[in-house]
Amino acid sequence: MQRIGVFVCHCGSNIAATVDVKKVVEMAALEPGVVHAEDYQYMCSEAGQAKIDAAIKEKNLTGIVVCSCSPRMHETTFRNAAKRAGLNPYMVEIANIREHCSWIHKNMEEATKKAVILARAAIAKVSLNTPLQQGESRVTKRALVIGGGIAGIQTALDIAEAGYEVDIVEKTPSIGGRMSQLDKTFPTLDCSACILTPKMVEASAHEKINIYTYSEVEKVSGFVGDFTVDIRKKARSVNMDKCTGCGVCQEKCPSKKTPNEFNRGLNTRSAIYTPFAQAIPNVPVIDREHCTKFKTGKCGVCAKVCQAGAIEYDQQDEIVTEKYGAIVVATGFDVIKLDQYDEYAYSQSPDVITSLELERIMNAAGPTKGHLERISDHKAPKNMVFIQCVGSRCADKRGKSYCSKICCMYTAKHAMLIRDKYPDVNVTVFYIDVRTPGKNFDEFYRRAVEEYGVNYIKGQVGKVAPQPNGQLLVQGVDLIDNKQILMEADMVVLAAAIEPNKDVRKIATMLTASIDTNNFLTEAHPKLRPVESPTAGVFLSGVCQGPKDIPETVAQAGAAAVKAIGLLAKDKLLTNPCTAKSDELLCNGCSTCANVCPYGAISYIDKEVNDHGIRETRHFAQVNSALCQGCGACTVACPSGAMDLQGFSNRQIIAEVDAICR
Amino acid sequence: MQELVTRAKELLADGTVVRVLGWKRGDLSYNPEPAYFNSQEELEQFVYDGFCGANLSKYMIEGSKKEGKTLVFLKPCDTYSFNQLIKEHRVDRDKAYIIGVGCRGKLDVEKIKAQGIKGIQNISGAGIEEDTDTLNIRTIYGDKTCTYGSAMLERCHVCKGKEHMIFDEEIGESKDTKDADRFAEIEKIEAMSPEEKFAFFQKELSKCIRCNACRNVCPACSCRKCVFDSNQFDSAQKANVDSFEEKMFHIIRAFHVAGRCTDCGECSRVCPQGIPLHLFNRKFIKDINELYGEYQAGADTESKGPLTSFTFEDAEPGIVVERR
Amino acid sequence: MSIEKTNEFRPKIVAFCCNWCSYAGADLAGSSRLGYPADVKIIRVPCSCRVNPMFILRAFEKGADGVILCGCHPGDCHYTTGNYYARRRMTLLFSMLDYLGVENGRTRVEWVSAAEGVKFSTTMNEFVEKIHSLGKNVRLEDLRCRN
Repeated sequence: MQRIGVFVCHCGSNIAATVDVKKVVEMAALEPGVVHAEDYQYMCSEAGQAKIDAAIKEKNLTGIVVCSCSPRMHETTFRNAAKRAGLNPYMVEIANIREHCSWIHKNMEEATKKAVILARAAIAKVSLNTPLQQGESRVTKRALVIGGGIAGIQTALDIAEAGYEVDIVEKTPSIGGRMSQLDKTFPTLDCSACILTPKMVEASAHEKINIYTYSEVEKVSGFVGDFTVDIRKKARSVNMDKCTGCGVCQEKCPSKKTPNEFNRGLNTRSAIYTPFAQAIPNVPVIDREHCTKFKTGKCGVCAKVCQAGAIEYDQQDEIVTEKYGAIVVATGFDVIKLDQYDEYAYSQSPDVITSLELERIMNAAGPTKGHLERISDHKAPKNMVFIQCVGSRCADKRGKSYCSKICCMYTAKHAMLIRDKYPDVNVTVFYIDVRTPGKNFDEFYRRAVEEYGVNYIKGQVGKVAPQPNGQLLVQGVDLIDNKQILMEADMVVLAAAIEPNKDVRKIATMLTASIDTNNFLTEAHPKLRPVESPTAGVFLSGVCQGPKDIPETVAQAGAAAVKAIGLLAKDKLLTNPCTAKSDELLCNGCSTCANVCPYGAISYIDKEVNDHGIRETRHFAQVNSALCQGCGACTVACPSGAMDLQGFSNRQIIAEVDAICR
Repeated sequence: MQELVTRAKELLADGTVVRVLGWKRGDLSYNPEPAYFNSQEELEQFVYDGFCGANLSKYMIEGSKKEGKTLVFLKPCDTYSFNQLIKEHRVDRDKAYIIGVGCRGKLDVEKIKAQGIKGIQNISGAGIEEDTDTLNIRTIYGDKTCTYGSAMLERCHVCKGKEHMIFDEEIGESKDTKDADRFAEIEKIEAMSPEEKFAFFQKELSKCIRCNACRNVCPACSCRKCVFDSNQFDSAQKANVDSFEEKMFHIIRAFHVAGRCTDCGECSRVCPQGIPLHLFNRKFIKDINELYGEYQAGADTESKGPLTSFTFEDAEPGIVVERR
Repeated sequence: MSIEKTNEFRPKIVAFCCNWCSYAGADLAGSSRLGYPADVKIIRVPCSCRVNPMFILRAFEKGADGVILCGCHPGDCHYTTGNYYARRRMTLLFSMLDYLGVENGRTRVEWVSAAEGVKFSTTMNEFVEKIHSLGKNVRLEDLRCRN
């Protein structure tokens, strides 16, 4: 017979205000097996844990139930407390009477009744718990960083500096990411390339860092400490060892009509290309889709002009398989597509551009060599209108419900830079709110308004209409003066919302990391574990987790690195003991379980068994507990009930069902 | 039939097999039963006629554990079950020598009785070689006749076909007996109102005495220990009460064999209470075919079953409501 | 405390929630104070694929008036494929219950991510409302189990 202790937490007033905790104690004490029940202000506090400790020792408890907050919050705390008191940590169950009860119900009587039922279910379950032992698994001392933007670079550098091997996988031909496309950065206005390039060089030169560019993660298997990852190295068609980066091939390439992704399609590039001058590695790739040689078989100019003989048309994609202990996702963002925003005439007029396109126009290496000019006729603009929140903070389905966070600041930056360099250009910004939390951010914005005379109008733009004379007619509203505004502009810049890179969904699925409704990766806890994914061993760096500016991204990248280092520093990991287990006397050996196991954890052996006196050789399932992650798919697939999940056994769940329906 | 006996004797004599799994004459002309024959003499008791409905594949689970090879006779529909058992590692292919036997539909004495023919003493015309459509029935009230078709098991009216899915050799011809739509009955029930459905199944299932005959005969229900006999789910057998218990048993039994049931119809054949148990299994088969693509369990020994595979685009459970 | 018998119908509803998405979604509903009726009681399972049809039938047998299963969205399963199996199993089970004449509104599957506290709360509110409209489960309950 189990000797169960029940501990009911007040959680200050979080629980006690809506749940009569004394009543819960009183009712729990009546349940079979319960020999101890008490309540306390804060069970998770040292004093609360001391109460648990004392009760376990004094009353020889064999199992405990803590009625408190979510097990996702404090299950580990209470398991550790039990362990310290000499009780197996898996003899602990949590009744979630806060998130699932006191916080959502207003009526005290109802909430109390429910809390009693939840306590009963937990008591019924713990009565059937069995002590479980954690196993050990090894840690591969190598990290993978997916994405080679500033987030990925910073994470990789920090991990490498701690002495661990890191691989960066970047799908484009060069590392650098979005930051490499930016001209200047707020709020200091230093040049983006000037601060990024040294980091890129440092990463590429670091002996512990290995960079796979033009590569993608293809498959991930395994689990924390022991991931196996297939990386597809796409055929570059250029031998990286032979290429000297002289650039002659790009110059001579006759096929120069491909839209230049790096410049957001504002100009074109050759079919053999490096995305930008500071690219790392400085080795071009052949874009096979646009290369004449690949399309028609004729040409081959690049091979002819290459002194180093680096061009290899017959290169094939290569799959590299590597083992990693930790994986950091740093897949970054893109700007949303604006095809849903016809009112701003983005697809009708080349002079309506996104802010990221403006970055390229303002950049000395950009399509206009840094001259501010209209794309349509290369004329210098006189009037520019910036429209904020295009697709951000959007109530309808076209856009994103969230604030993209960086737009207010970069728009202030753009406005300021334009007014500084071209004082005769009038700059008007239409905004909903100007959001400038951050060190020196509001000062920066105030400067744009006060020193540089940028015209900020609180209000939204309803329509941008291209006029026959090439002008853009902007119809907006000024909410402060409560009047309609009609103004002509030479250029309109849209602060388009940012969204997670579209590949992140595929990557999240491979990593079994969860993703929210906006495709941002979910953190393990929004406040306390912001750089960890709920999937052990997977960490989040940069905008893949949520909109961020550069300093925040770098800070988070460092934090993700520290978490990864903390993991890699361990020699062994304790494994989850809640794994499947097969009863050899019940198993038919039918292999249905193995068919549904996502981890290949089930194998079959032929062994002699003694089934109530019948000795025979049987074919039955065996679970490799090091591979099993405890999903339970096999337990339901098994017709005979031979397969059961420790910690969530059939009888335990049925006991909970019965207790709830009682 | 004599051809089968002759061949069986040959195979015993040349040592290919050490025993024969077939059907033995019963005490009445319409109740032969599955039996092992260990010698040529014992084979004198062998019978194969229209009443040999029993599917012998499940017996090969035990047969596979015996020393040496067993000769087993399988009708076309039985071979599906055998394949499924191979897939689930329940029988050993190497321990079986399979003779695929011909079939012209199997008979159900209850169907004859239902036609008002009582006091049956002897039935002729059920032999496998007899090419007659008439059964001559001697009863204590005199001689009666009925057509072969009218006495056939439900499953033969929706026969899966004349092909043997697995065999070492084939003896005898089979006949087309299919004259009904396999899912017509299911569709009829599906079209009922919830109240009618509930009443229909309540009436049928209230007859259940939990004798477990359906479970014991089912080639897919081959667990060493059934969940309804183990304490795993707190669902060990209970006495019959007019309650949910029987529904639970039959739903779970059907669910456990879903995607594995070959629709051999043995459950309905053996039910002493005449409950049309195939209506459960066939409902799952129909749903699987409609939602996840045509699937016939036992058509091969390799393919993944519908409940151990999936696609991203699978229907959501809400489809149950949408289809209504 | 005596659980008073009143004439008002208070359904018993069991919600199976997977640990990684839906249970966390329920937690988020809680911390966001997004209420739903106290009739819903949550059982935590590692994955939606851990839910055996027997658990669901058992709940009904013991007098539950509705059972809902919540898991990660297809494609987002923490264990990669669990919810796909759960989806097929539940589809077939629900179809069978419907075929037996059990009101199909008593069973439901909903995919709720860890970020969807609002969806969790709305789903539960809707489900409880549906069960109210169906009334007491008389077709599935084992009368011997009634208190």
